[in-house]
Formats: sequence, structure tokens, C-alpha cells
Amino acid sequence: MAIVTPPRPAATAPEQPLNAPIRFLRRPTGYTKGLWGWMTTVDHKKIGIMYLGTAFFFFLLGGLEALLLRIQLGSPENTFLSADAYNQVFTMHGTTMIFLVIMPLSAGLANYLLPLMIGARDVAFPRLNAIGYWIFLLGGLFMYSSFFLGGAPNGGWFGYVPLSRSMPGHNMDYWAFGLQILGISSLTGAVNLIVTVINMRAPGMSLMRMPIFVWMSLVSQFLLLFAIPVITVALFLLSFDRLFSTNFFNVSAGSDPLLWQHLFWLFGHPEVYILILPAMGIVSEVLPVFSRKPLFGYQVMVFSGIAIGFLGWGVWAHHMFATGLGPVAVSAFSASTMFIAVPTGVKIFNWIATMWRGKLTFTTPMLFAIGFVSMFTIGGLSGVTHGVVPGDTQQTDTYYIVAHFHYVLFGGSMFGLFAGAYYWYPKFAGRLLNERLGKAHFWLMFLGFNLTFAPFHIIGLQGMPRRIYTYPEGRGWDVWNLVSTVGSFVIAVSVLVFIYNLWVTRKPQEVGDDPWDARTLEWTIPSPPPEYNFKEIPLVTSRDELWHRKYTEDEHGRSVRREVPEGQPKMEGTEVEPTGGEGHEGPEHVGDHADTEAGDHEGAEHEPHIHMPSPSYWPLFTALGLPIISYGMIYKVWAVAILGGLWTVSGMYAWALEPATAPEDTPVHGPDTSGDEVEAVPVS
Amino acid sequence: MTDTAVSARAGSHVEVDAGHPPTSTGLSNEKVGMWAFLASECLLFGALISTYLLFKGRDEPGSIAPADVFDIPYTSVSSFVLLMSSLTMVLALAAIQRGDHRRTRVWLLTTALLGASFVAGQAYEFTVFVREGMNLRVNLFSSSFFTLTGFHGAHVTIGVLMLLSLYSLSMRGKLPASKAETVELVGLYWHFVDIIWIVIFTLVYLIP
Repeated sequence: MAIVTPPRPAATAPEQPLNAPIRFLRRPTGYTKGLWGWMTTVDHKKIGIMYLGTAFFFFLLGGLEALLLRIQLGSPENTFLSADAYNQVFTMHGTTMIFLVIMPLSAGLANYLLPLMIGARDVAFPRLNAIGYWIFLLGGLFMYSSFFLGGAPNGGWFGYVPLSRSMPGHNMDYWAFGLQILGISSLTGAVNLIVTVINMRAPGMSLMRMPIFVWMSLVSQFLLLFAIPVITVALFLLSFDRLFSTNFFNVSAGSDPLLWQHLFWLFGHPEVYILILPAMGIVSEVLPVFSRKPLFGYQVMVFSGIAIGFLGWGVWAHHMFATGLGPVAVSAFSASTMFIAVPTGVKIFNWIATMWRGKLTFTTPMLFAIGFVSMFTIGGLSGVTHGVVPGDTQQTDTYYIVAHFHYVLFGGSMFGLFAGAYYWYPKFAGRLLNERLGKAHFWLMFLGFNLTFAPFHIIGLQGMPRRIYTYPEGRGWDVWNLVSTVGSFVIAVSVLVFIYNLWVTRKPQEVGDDPWDARTLEWTIPSPPPEYNFKEIPLVTSRDELWHRKYTEDEHGRSVRREVPEGQPKMEGTEVEPTGGEGHEGPEHVGDHADTEAGDHEGAEHEPHIHMPSPSYWPLFTALGLPIISYGMIYKVWAVAILGGLWTVSGMYAWALEPATAPEDTPVHGPDTSGDEVEAVPVS
Repeated sequence: MTDTAVSARAGSHVEVDAGHPPTSTGLSNEKVGMWAFLASECLLFGALISTYLLFKGRDEPGSIAPADVFDIPYTSVSSFVLLMSSLTMVLALAAIQRGDHRRTRVWLLTTALLGASFVAGQAYEFTVFVREGMNLRVNLFSSSFFTLTGFHGAHVTIGVLMLLSLYSLSMRGKLPASKAETVELVGLYWHFVDIIWIVIFTLVYLIP
């Protein structure tokens, strides 16, 4: 089994002889560094960083596409983009931002943070985690390869049939197979994170003590688990229609093309909550820290998140009010659409109540979190107006809808994700981002965002339709479109400020474990965390565990800092308060744990020997087969598709037969050939 | 929960029995993961079955229809074969839990053979249908029938491959009784595929 030394590169030097020159197919070890180290890693933190980095790259691509769209629409009868190029760019802009940016950014944060927040050393299935990332990367590259291979997808991000069925060229094939690949990535991630949260919590971390970000991620992973198979079927039916001339969406054969819309939106509406719930979780972590108050109504926040998760399955047809569903269905979905505003509104009031009479500090993450609450409220309110059927029938497919979903997805999700980026960056990198630049980023983005998207409400109500590549002069849309184009460049500048911020703060800093005086477990460990996360698995006695380890109440109910002995380096598991919080595990358990802690402390200065799963080539190898299958299918070169299939299957066999920890990866202890999938169990 | 706190002094280590990792629920990660995956599969088949039912009876009169091609007695026999394979799967699991490796192998192989017979029966059924003029392109019924039952057949085939892999592991002595849970997980998948077939057989074949 693997012995993990501390992550600082220098520390591995004594073991170097064991790290013989890497030959391909020789198992990488915990000491494999550099490019191979990243390509074979199963460490949830490295995978999380790769998710975040890759998604940010796609964010820049999607943003570039947005700028192209805005240049084209900046003036009437513009010829900057042809109609065909415009179709490709808007389809890829939407597909990129949803599937290649917001989803993987949330996945990356969840990957990095969930184990830290619940006190675990890794996720439940580390290699499955790795393949989830590689499939995401390859799926994104596969879809973008279409730009060089005959043209990108051009049928809109929701690919309505019969249009996308009969589109010539391979554009929509790339879309269907690309999303299919990305769906596999999301599904593996969902299974992995659900099991991690259900099964790998530290002792005492009961469900109702979990940080709210863990809860919201859990709900969104459950939504993914159930929503992905629905779009998988829809995409299979579409691909079969395009490849094998089946009749699923063939209207002349008597088919009902509304089936596509039902399947797509049965996936697509839970997807909306998949995109927003993690951001809600982030904001619910950030606001209490910078208000210096606990989250107002934690239980209600949890239950409203779960309620959103359930109700999210009952509102999909509000995307289809204009299709003629009949009065009963329309009334039912109208009511459910308005009803889902209730748990969402509860959350907004709880965020406000969290800040109410708190000691607010307006750091960059706090500004983004407040920006989230305000912008998301606007987007949520325009969302409620979609539930009003007569109004929605008028607004469908106008820029009013575009305004709405940019307010919830950009003003909501992206602002929340930027709040998270600034908040957790010191934990990820061991460096704080520059506050002055961060504030410039926030205010520029806030200004640019509203300049860009607020005018959409107006031109939408004036009747400007979505997806048109140009428009005639004199409709009253010209000025607002120009304002919007200017605003989009302000957003672009704000993103450049963010990149510049990442660059100027690249030098190592001393940020300490807990630069924000925060409340949750990830701040009890060094920044950046060691590979094994926790030297000792923490014992959790209350919600906001770290806060209760640092603060207690005086007789007036005010928070006072506990006295921490000078020499005490960590507060892991030692500063427990056996009576804190509700529903703790009982005294006999606490006592039991305390014994082992006492034992550990004698050797606390030694390097801990902790078993972590070994890196592996097979996740990347297995993932590589999927684009091969897809190219073979799209171009109907069956031999290539079969080759890709065999490639993937052989990768899966090699994976299954490979022990989770390599025998040669044991420099100190005797070999252990345990072939169990999961070794990242909390063994201190 | 107590066993979660398994701890070791720095510099030494305590092995945790790999078959029983300490988890918050007491269930192994693999088992919870398999249940989550199967829950997801329910929606996959749910969407495919809904598609079939939506298109049922929408074809022009006169084009090929279920009543023209279905051979209920034949499919009933192959369904029976598949259902019996769930019994042998249970016997295989019981055998490995007792540590009876010879019977484990016998029942694993029997399950795989029963599953393979079902797949072979389906392949034969498909060829008969194709000879009678039905293929993916003919009409809505043919497209949705082949897609739905084809997806199920692919699932059974994957199950057969997993069973044969277990058999081969057991032959090479790499499936000790401590890994009985691996057999149990394959069993969960196998029973799921069987249950889905009961639904498909009822909705597609039996209800006119």
C-alpha cells in the first residue's frame, strides 16, 4: 500500500531510488511527479484543480464566442459573422457555458472540497474520479474538434427536432456524441460524490452537521444521477435517427417531435438546478464567514435545497408552453413553476437574514456573494414571470428569456463560483488573491454584466427574437444592442483583471490554515492541504465545527475566542467540545476517540504513514476510447468504432484487475496486494 | 461508527479488513455506488419504455405491428430462462459466502449460460423479425422495439461478460470468500436487468 510523504517535493528526495525511471505500463507510484504525475493522479485535489483549470479555459472560449455574437449584434444588418457562423457560435456558446464551464466548475469545487469538508482523505472511488475528469476533457476537445472537421454544432444548445434530425453535415452529430461523452463523465462523478458524502463522513459528521455546500452539492449530484440517463436516451434516439434512419423524430412516419422536448427538458430543468444549487451552497458558506454569524435557518436551507431538488422534476413543461400542451397540463406546470419560487425565496430571505446585523466585511468573495444574491433575485423574479402562461407565450424565444437565464446562470451561478474561487483560492494555492484587483474584478463584472443583460429584458419585451443573426434598423433595438455589446467587453476586461490577479499573486505567501477566520473543516488543515488531507481524521461535535473549536460564548452570549496554547500547531480533533451541537455520537464514542488521539500525539512530529490509493494510467487510457468510438460512429467507419470499444473494454479490464494500491508503491511496509477498489478509507 | 475511528500510531499502521471498510453507513462504498448506478439505470429504461409506449399504435394501419411478429410462447420460454438465472445467481452468492468455491463456479457458469441463452434467443428472435420485413427503419414500432429490447440485450450481454470474468477469476483462485461482495454486486446488477425484463416483457409483449 502507498505511503504518502508530505507533498512538498523536497520531502520525496530520500525515497527517490525507489522511483526508477518510468517505463510505460509500469505502474506510476505516489512519487511520480510532473506531467505523468498529473496524468495518472487519483488525488481528488489534483483532479479538482484540473477540473477548475480546464473549465476556466473553456470559459474563455465560451466568452470569446459571446464576444463574437455581441460584435455581430452590436449594429443592425451587420455582416461580421455569416448566418451559418452565427449558428455555430451561439450553439457552442450555450453548450460550452453549460456543459463545459458551469457544470465542471461545480464538479471541480465539489471534488476538491467535499472530502475536506466532511473530514475524508479522498473520494469513495479515486480512479473513477480520475476517469470522470478525463472523459470531461476529451468530450470537450471532441466537441471543439468539430470546428476543424467540417463545422461546429449549429442547431442550438437544446437541439430541437426535427431541425437537428435533418441538419446536413456532421455538426449535430458532434453535438449529440459530445454530450453523450460528457454525460458519462457527469454520471461517474455523481455516483462517486454521492457515495463519498453518504459513506465517508468523519465520526460525528452527521448529515445535519454537514456544511451547506456539501448538502447542495449532494442534491445536485442526485439530480445529475437521475437527469443524465434521460438525456442519454434522447441523444441516443437522435443519433439513431441521424445514423441509422430510425423514425423516432420522423414526423412523416407519425412520430411526435414533442417527445424530444419532453425528454430534453425533463433533463434540462433539473439541469438548471444542477447549475445553481452548488453556487447557492458556496454563497451559503461565504456569507456567514464574512457576516461573522452562523447561517440563518440551516435546517430550512437544507430542506429548501432538497425541495428545489424534488420540485425541479415537476416544472419542465414551462419550457414548452408555446407548443400547445392543452390547458390542464399548462395550468399544472404553471402552478408548479410558481411553487418552486417558494423554497428559492426562502433561501434568499435566509441569506439576507444571515447578513442582518452581522459584522460585515466586504472582501471580494463577500462582494461576489452579495452580487449573487441580488442578481439571482432579479433572475428568479423574471423566472416567476415565465410561470404566467399568457405572458410566457408572448415572451417565448425572445431576448426576455435570454435575459432571464443569463441573470440566473451568470449573475447567479458564475458570481457564486467566483465568490468560491476567491474564497477557497488560499486553500487551493496557499496564496491569497489581491483584494484590490479582486474588487476591481467584481465591480467591472457587475457593471458589465448589468450593461450586457439588463437591456435584453427591454428588447425582449419589444419582441426581438433569440437566435437571429442580424436584425433590421429602426425596430428600437439598435441602442440597447449597442449598450449590450459595450457591456460584454466590460465583462471581458473584468476577466482579464482576474487573470492578471492570478498572475501577480503567483509568488508563495504565508496565508496560514485559516485566513478568513472561517467555520468549516477544510480550514483546519494546511494550505494547500497535504495529499492525505487530515493527519488525523477529525472528530466532529457540532455544525460549524471549526468555529466552535475557536470560539465559545461568554455569559452574555457573545463569541469569545478560546485560549489556544501557543505550541499547539493544529486544532485537528484535539479541541473537541464533547457537549457542543445536537445529536453527537454519545460519550462512549468520544472517549474511545480521545484515547487514540492521546496515543497519536506522542509521535505527532513524525511523518504520518497514511495509505492512499496509487495513481493509475487506466482512467486516462479507458477514457481515450470514447472519442474513438464517437468518431467511428459519426463517420460510420465501424472498424474504428469497434476498435475504440475494444480499447475501452480492455482499459476497463486492466483497471478492474489492477489493485487500487500498487505492490511496488510500498517503500516501507511489506507488499499488500489487496485488490479492493477503495483504499481511501479513513485510516489514521 | 466506532470502527471509523480505527487509528494507528504514527510510524506503524493498522490494516483495515479490505472487505469491510469502515464507512458512515456500514455498507461498503461499492454497494452504495452500485445502488446509485442502478437508480440511474431506472431512468434510462424508464425513458426508453416511455418512448416505446408513446409510439405504440401510432403507425399507419397495415404496416408491421406487434401482433404480426410476436411469438409469445417462444419469448415466454426465454423470459423464463432469464428469470431462472436470478435463482442460480443467488445460489452462486450463497456458495461463495459459505466458501464453497466449486459450487460458486458451477452456479456462476450456469447463470452466465442462462443469460447467454436469453441473448441468443433474442438474437434469433431479431433475425426472424428481420426476415418478416421488420428492421430499424420500417416504422415507429420497429424503431422503438429494437432500440428498447436492444438496450436490454446489451445490458444482459455485459452481465454475462461480468459473470464469465468472475468465473475466470475464481478458476485462477483470485476470488476468495473475502471478495464475496464482488459476486453480490454483479448479482445486484443481474437481478436489476431481470426485473427490467419483467417490465419490458409485460408492457411490450403481453399487454396488447
